[in-house]
Amino acid sequence: MRADLKLIHGWVPERARVLDLGCGDGTLLAALARDKGVTGYGLEIDPDGITACIEKGVNVIEQNLDEGLANFDDDACDLVIMTQALQALRRPDLMLDEMLRVAGECIITFPNFAYWRHRLYLGFKGYMPVSKSLPHAWYDTPNIHLSTFNDFERLCRDKGLIISDRAVGNGEHEGHWTSRLWPNLCGETAVFRVSRGPGG
Amino acid sequence: MPELPRDSVGLVTPQTAHFDAPLELACGRTLPSYELVYETYGELNAERSNAVLICHALSGHHHAAGYHSPDDRKPGWWDAHIGPGKSIDTERFFVVSLNNLGGCHGSTGPLSHNPATGRQWGPDFPMMTVTDWVHSQARLADRLGIQRFAAVIGGSLGGMQVLQWSLNYPERVANAAVIAATPKLSAQNIAFNEVARQAIRSDPDFHDGRYAEHDTLPRRGLKLARMVGHITYLSEDAMGSKFGRDLRSDDFNFGYDVEFQVESYLRYQGDTFSNRFDANTYLLMTKALDYFDPAAPHGGDLAAALAPASCPFLVVSFSTDWRFPPSRSRELVDALIRAGKAVSFANIDSPHGHDAFLLPEPRYQAVFAGFMKRVARDLNLEAH
Repeated sequence: MRADLKLIHGWVPERARVLDLGCGDGTLLAALARDKGVTGYGLEIDPDGITACIEKGVNVIEQNLDEGLANFDDDACDLVIMTQALQALRRPDLMLDEMLRVAGECIITFPNFAYWRHRLYLGFKGYMPVSKSLPHAWYDTPNIHLSTFNDFERLCRDKGLIISDRAVGNGEHEGHWTSRLWPNLCGETAVFRVSRGPGG
Repeated sequence: MPELPRDSVGLVTPQTAHFDAPLELACGRTLPSYELVYETYGELNAERSNAVLICHALSGHHHAAGYHSPDDRKPGWWDAHIGPGKSIDTERFFVVSLNNLGGCHGSTGPLSHNPATGRQWGPDFPMMTVTDWVHSQARLADRLGIQRFAAVIGGSLGGMQVLQWSLNYPERVANAAVIAATPKLSAQNIAFNEVARQAIRSDPDFHDGRYAEHDTLPRRGLKLARMVGHITYLSEDAMGSKFGRDLRSDDFNFGYDVEFQVESYLRYQGDTFSNRFDANTYLLMTKALDYFDPAAPHGGDLAAALAPASCPFLVVSFSTDWRFPPSRSRELVDALIRAGKAVSFANIDSPHGHDAFLLPEPRYQAVFAGFMKRVARDLNLEAH
């Protein structure tokens, strides 16, 4: 399993009702169902991902995240997960609102644009960074809203949300001690666990 | 003798099941006895756990796969998806496909004799509903010793029967596939059906449905009905790419004979259909479509209506289907989600409109086959 998925797997409570936005081939939901009795749905638009989910027995709905989650009631789930999709959405901030309408808590992962390798790439080469976590050229990338670990934290603060957990990962490896110290610099992938603020 | 394709179920022979127990119908009337014509493909396993029921659409029938004779020009109507190694793999599954009551392909319907009068039922045959069909299909399952279907599957009107099965007999449906269907017809759908009915009923040869007694057939009406229906089965793009504005001859004739290729095609479709389909059956099948609305008794709350269902669903729609467009499948999917049911939904990109559910298309086949593989795995069904 991808490193960020492994981390999330540990965070999801037993028997939770989960909505996985951009669930890919259903690996995470299948593992959560098997190991923790988790139920729920995955949303996906990639045809191969959808077929893979159906074959695995993962509930998958062909649905474009940019169209919102209007078909899910308030508090329909316990937890909404979105891995590596936030940066590809038209309005990540509105999606965050939607996610915390459908569930009290959400887990989000995205590529940290302030990762030191990206900084070096941009700083020294003068080109938009291309890396393992950001493999596209600037003109054909689906990642239209790149942000940093700090940016996301600020958005959550502005919205009055509670960040109950945060972590960073580096590729396939477990987080190094340096990324605990300087996550915005040393983390390649940002992982946030966010819940509604006191007003929400 | 021409050789049959290797992935065909081969030569098949329809069978007939006779039922003497009266069937009470939604319209308040009762069928004292009736017959159902059906075909089966593959073998029922010892545990009787590998049966799949196929529900047919408006003009469908029991002959879903294989050939009746080596000289048949075409196989059954869903041969693209039923056979060895196909989506519904007959090496694994035992497939049951029947002609619904009120049909005109051998099951009891307007063409049958009414035991009470000794004459043909004709227009006096009781109006059928999707629920009536489901109850009659359940009796056929009893007869075949099938307590629970591994999957109940259907497209269009067939998909509505699948949905009804999951509500009337949840314990007898392990999985459900609802393809190119809708939880209820829209005003526009009913309007098209009404045009088709009026075309038939206003044909001077219709004689209030007693055309057999007048030794005639309302061919013109049925032809018109089919022509209208056929337009709704195809997408604008499919018609455009198939016919465009092509003419049959080099120039306009400035008359009302066939000039455009699309006219020729529609007339041909209408003619063939009017020679093989019964007008009274067509009328009652369109009414069954119009009446279907499982949410109605729940004040229109589809999610509440779906409460009894307990099986996982696969819902499939096709991008250019404007008869039952993807939004109607979404309506069903959203209600299933709201009701907390297990459901997967795929909207297949296809240029073929509503007819796409009958055709082979790589992504449709991958989704369908993937679903059936999971069904087989969950039920521990091995290939023979």
